[in-house]
Amino acid sequence: MSVLVLVEHTDGNIKKKSFEAVQYAAEIAKKTNTTATALVLGTIADSELENLGTHGVQKVLHVADEKLNELHARAYASALIAAAQKEGSKIIIALHDINGKAVAPRVAVKLKAGLVSGALSYPDLDKGFVLKKAVFSGKAFAFVNITSDVKVITLMANSFPLAPGSGKASIERLDVTFGDKDFGIKVKSVDKVTGEVSLADAELVVSGGRGMKGPENWGLIEDLAKELGAATACSRPVADAGWRPHHEHVGQTGGTIRPNLYIAVGISGAIQHLAGVNGSKVIVVINKDPEAPFFKAANYGVVGDAMEILPKLTEAVKKFKQHK
Amino acid sequence: MKILVCISQVPDTSTKIMLKDNDTAVNSQGTTYIINPYDEWYALIRALELKESVVATDVHLITVGKADTEPVIRKALALGGDQALRIDADSIDPYQTANYIAEYAKTVGYDLVLCGKESIDYNNGSVGVMIAELLDADYIGFATNIQVEGTIATVKREIEGGEETDVVNFPVVIACQKGVAEARIPNMRGIMAARTKPLNVVTPTASAAVTTILSYEMPPAKAGVKMVSPDNMDELVELLHSEAKVI
Ligand SMILES: Cc1cc2nc3c(=O)[nH]c(=O)nc-3n(C[C@H](O)[C@H](O)[C@H](O)COP(=O)(O)OP(=O)(O)OC[C@H]3O[C@@H](n4cnc5c(N)ncnc54)[C@H](O)[C@@H]3O)c2cc1C
Ligand SMILES: Nc1ncnc2c1ncn2[C@@H]1O[C@H](COP(=O)(O)O)[C@@H](O)[C@H]1O
Repeated sequence: MSVLVLVEHTDGNIKKKSFEAVQYAAEIAKKTNTTATALVLGTIADSELENLGTHGVQKVLHVADEKLNELHARAYASALIAAAQKEGSKIIIALHDINGKAVAPRVAVKLKAGLVSGALSYPDLDKGFVLKKAVFSGKAFAFVNITSDVKVITLMANSFPLAPGSGKASIERLDVTFGDKDFGIKVKSVDKVTGEVSLADAELVVSGGRGMKGPENWGLIEDLAKELGAATACSRPVADAGWRPHHEHVGQTGGTIRPNLYIAVGISGAIQHLAGVNGSKVIVVINKDPEAPFFKAANYGVVGDAMEILPKLTEAVKKFKQHK
Repeated sequence: MKILVCISQVPDTSTKIMLKDNDTAVNSQGTTYIINPYDEWYALIRALELKESVVATDVHLITVGKADTEPVIRKALALGGDQALRIDADSIDPYQTANYIAEYAKTVGYDLVLCGKESIDYNNGSVGVMIAELLDADYIGFATNIQVEGTIATVKREIEGGEETDVVNFPVVIACQKGVAEARIPNMRGIMAARTKPLNVVTPTASAAVTTILSYEMPPAKAGVKMVSPDNMDELVELLHSEAKVI
């Protein structure tokens, strides 16, 4: 009956958001008087797997097949189904990210299970099995009840703070018989962005808009981001003009992010831009126009010229870090 | 080659969401509806391009919705496509929606099913994957480029931390986003032609929903912005540290 959670790793290092998903699964297990089991796919060291115990799972199922090092959604789904069968799991959890979104709906269909995508809360068991999620691009929340026997959830990352304990998980290998179709998609080439903080997972983001005037001024954004350990983002016109790469553009047509801190510099705050960032916990807006609509969505605001403010802010962050 | 494009009707981005009936439903009065942007700008337009380059023979549109979705479907037909099908049902459960679409798709046998990366109303990004599973087909999400040759598609897609190019056999479901195509505006000829294009309506065979929305909630109003003087960035940093606790 154990709660099953799919864990992701990058080259053998478990992702932070997966620790969050594991902790989330363990908490649901507690609420439903059962235990949590983590499923890990691909090449990874046992020492890293044992670590999952610190976030509340007793057991880790490991499918060591190296073909699983890349996302093969159908194979991942087969592995989840095999693990769910072994554990008798009725609650299955993945992340609401590119991998989870490709796998969880398949698992839901296979198990005729209701799916809530992008859950922000623990299930409310008094009312059924009710999860909160954002709808209408963050303009409202919905409370969705899963009525089927088996339940599948994708968790929105950065919804719960990590609170690691001291447990150590036991590891069991799981052999999965894959079908022909599980690896039907042939990967021709992979192009990984390395080095920078990945925008989708970043806790801190510094973002620039047309108010930055041109790509030559982006050093100011990058300096602040570097000092903070933040990722960089931009508004759509900035990407369209080629000042920044397209994967940095956030908003309705770009990425959706939910960092702890979003610093918007020289961005007016159009509704299409807000759709991508309004899940951020704290928003700082730096804009020379005190009437810029973004201030309405902000927690902190600074009115002034970005070219002057950015170096000062970077300096202040540097000073703060030295004294900490 | 036959393409099915999944079209979902959604409230216009700039619409203010209002609730009714004790917050158990969304008030659609005064709401302008549009074609889900990802379906229109990317999935539909790429399907039309494939037809224009004679790779595709048929482009069919499908929507699950009640009669009030017909203006939006007509608008999609004005951009192009040979015919549309409306499955007469009001479904906000992705599994149910996918079942309806897959049931129909099986009767025709499409090579390519194109959908959007997510609908901007319920933001699930689930319907396409579920259709693929129901059709026993492959699925590629977050596509940024789709090329077709014979019975093979070469697709560029976003992955966790980068980009990947995949090769996949038909039939396949592909969820489209920015990059796949350039948005177009319907012209007068298209609008006229759309009037006479077939828009068939079918009643779905029963398929139960496995989720229901019990209620909605509006986000709490922002406490109001706290302004910091541009000459006092130390204060801003201090606030972010000790008040907001984000650094
Ligand atoms: C269907 C649709 C989808 C869209 N999708 C997206 C999307 O996904 N993402 C997105 O971002 N946009 C999107 N847009 C565009 C969106 O509506 C806005 O046009 C866009 O976000 C504006 O970008 P901006 O704020 O950088 O530029 P502007 O609106 O030009 O704003 C620039 C801001 O910089 C300020 N400024 C100027 N100089 C300075 C200075 N020296 N110091 C400080 N501040 C300064 C100005 O006061 C102004 O507020 C979409 C639009 C449509 C119609
Ligand atoms: N009611 C619907 N009718 C037709 N297609 C839909 C419907 N709902 C969703 N889709 C398709 O599935 C995609 C993903 O939707 P969703 O899972 O709701 O985020 C959309 O971009 C559409 O292409």
